[in-house]
Amino acid sequence: MRRITRLAPLALVAALALTSCSASAASEEPITESSEASISYAVWDENQVPALEANIAAFNEIYPNIEVKIDITPWAQYWTKLQTQASGGTLPDVFWMNGPNFQLYAANDQLEPMTNLIDAGDVDPANYVEVLNELYSYDDVQYGMPKDFDTVALWYNKAILAEAGVATPDDTWTWDDFHTAAKTVSDTLADQGVYGVATGLTGGQEGYYNTILQAGGFVLSDDGTTSGYDDPKTIRGLQFWADLIADGSSPSLQQLSDTPHNAWFTSSKTAFFWSGTWSVSELAAASNTLDLNVAPLPQDEKQATVIHGVANVVSANSPNKSAAQAFQAYLGGEEAQTLQAEMGAANPAFIGAGQAFLDSVDHFDLQVFIDEADNYAYPFPVSKDTAAWSTIENELLPQAFSGARTVEDVAGELATRMNEALAKE
Amino acid sequence: MTLRTGSMVGESRAPAAHPVPVAAPKAPKARPKGFDGYWPWLFVLPTLFGVLGFYIWPIIQTGYLSFTETGPFGGEEFIGVDNYQTMLADGNVGQALTNTLVYTIIVLAGIPIALLMANLVNQPGLRFASFYRVLFFMPYIAMPTAVALVWRMIYNGDFGILNWMLSLVGIDGPYWTSTPGFAIVSVGIVGMWASLGFGIIILGAALKNISPEYYEAAQLDGATRWKQFTAITVPLVTPSLFFVTIISVINGFQLFDLLYAIMGQYNPALVQSQSLVYIFYNQAFIQNDKGYAAAIGMLILVVIGIVTFFQFRMQKKWVNYV
Repeated sequence: MRRITRLAPLALVAALALTSCSASAASEEPITESSEASISYAVWDENQVPALEANIAAFNEIYPNIEVKIDITPWAQYWTKLQTQASGGTLPDVFWMNGPNFQLYAANDQLEPMTNLIDAGDVDPANYVEVLNELYSYDDVQYGMPKDFDTVALWYNKAILAEAGVATPDDTWTWDDFHTAAKTVSDTLADQGVYGVATGLTGGQEGYYNTILQAGGFVLSDDGTTSGYDDPKTIRGLQFWADLIADGSSPSLQQLSDTPHNAWFTSSKTAFFWSGTWSVSELAAASNTLDLNVAPLPQDEKQATVIHGVANVVSANSPNKSAAQAFQAYLGGEEAQTLQAEMGAANPAFIGAGQAFLDSVDHFDLQVFIDEADNYAYPFPVSKDTAAWSTIENELLPQAFSGARTVEDVAGELATRMNEALAKE
Repeated sequence: MTLRTGSMVGESRAPAAHPVPVAAPKAPKARPKGFDGYWPWLFVLPTLFGVLGFYIWPIIQTGYLSFTETGPFGGEEFIGVDNYQTMLADGNVGQALTNTLVYTIIVLAGIPIALLMANLVNQPGLRFASFYRVLFFMPYIAMPTAVALVWRMIYNGDFGILNWMLSLVGIDGPYWTSTPGFAIVSVGIVGMWASLGFGIIILGAALKNISPEYYEAAQLDGATRWKQFTAITVPLVTPSLFFVTIISVINGFQLFDLLYAIMGQYNPALVQSQSLVYIFYNQAFIQNDKGYAAAIGMLILVVIGIVTFFQFRMQKKWVNYV
């Protein structure tokens, strides 16, 4: 359908190729305070725009003649649009990147390496959470400027726990402690329709990626070539969720489809909710917010959480590359990241800039997220074509969580198909 | 060489028959029969360019892409019929075809209902008739996403109004949108409901064109209301029924947005309830396998083409053009 879109970019490429010859010559010049340029900055989260505009205003105090235009595309269309722009050579100068998509863009020469910024001392990778630098490096070259990070923790509703006679969670909790607590809540408060735990099981970030790590398993081998789903420890991490659903500690997948997991928690219909840093603003605004708090995730073989964060990247074909890189470097600086935290937009990736984020909601122990990141955070599993196998996860795993098939059976099929997908990369 | 000889023969004969340059305008035989000159072409040129550029060319492009493997950022490699072989082996495509057919049949089942309702709205002397027509038409022009969000709430298994009403009469309703089997039917009912208005408007217009004299004559002969409806109304609106059927079938095969919005991304029944266009979307824009997606697009084109062809063949059997 609509194949015409494939041709229009071609024409644009041709036009750009002509104009960019002169532009790229200009971009070789070092950036100065009087440099003039206009760059575009593509993002997907409208909630963060006020903070980004404040960042741009501060950036313009240093470089008054570099105009930055924010281009917001909703999440649902962001990657589709970006891919079309990349195909046509019209990527925004600076844009947000996430882990699952990063290697696809880096491996296809769409992104500008940060090597020159790091060599010149404009950016010091040591200032950022190490795992994030690794997430945005490909073949040992860093392309992404870490912007913020998310870890996952255990949110709980203390009013429900008190009513069910269950202690509040702490960092000594094991899986068994957690499961018993969730089951007790479901059993005790069944007449009110309250369950123990509701967690998003489409995509593993909130749920099963964490339990797989805690059980000592893995999703993807370190070299990114082999699936870990046939590993017994990985299967144990998946079984955790199937068991919670099977004995009614959690609503069924159907219930979680009709009413999303976060709605169960903010309506005080579940006691526990596994979720990340990104839920802070939603939970702070919820009507039951004063009943809520957060604790470290329960542990099995070890403590673990996945960590992920957004990065700012520069297009390899940007006609204003030096201005774009100056902006990229600025966004990574302590000043810009502190401002973001103060405005409650994101938990900054710059180590030490997060105090403002911790102070943003008084009644949540947000330090939990920072401690997790410092002590036992593991990178979000990504490969060159993450979408190819994450689709298979979403297709197969519901059959395991719902009990329609055994977890071993589903995990075995998933490992086979994921290895096929990885072999194509 | 042959061309040259041929033209030489022509030239040698032509002067003998009539001098070419002068006689040309007065010699209609020189042009194919029914040729009206170049002016009509000039008038349809803008539309023609639009149709060629935005419809025909993309179809050709899609056809070509379906024989290629596409890179993530453009660039194709010709791989022959591999995509079609993958498609035949892909159980999800067969399932999606079945789901799409089920959905289309449910939407088609709404056409008799639309005819009955159009008849009611067109009763002579009915007050607020236009108001009813607007009400019935609203779901058709409302954004499918908005329609879907409202129905999601109605269908909600734990807190929805539908299961609440069923519980009053002692029925424990299922999770309508997340139980395989129920889900596509639930989406179909919304599709039927949303397209009722279109049928009512088209069929209502057809009803107004039926001369009242037929009904007067039938009443004199003692025909009941129902007999009048089946013997006069239905036969005389068959051309419009045919039109509505064709449009409904084509729309039904293009099911995407309602399904996407009603089922949501966390749905455990999604794999068993996908439509053809949903699979196309997933392959093209989530998995970035545009070559395979193009092959699915061609399948949709062929299926719609075949079904529409047979509908046109069958219209002789039931459509009355007065």
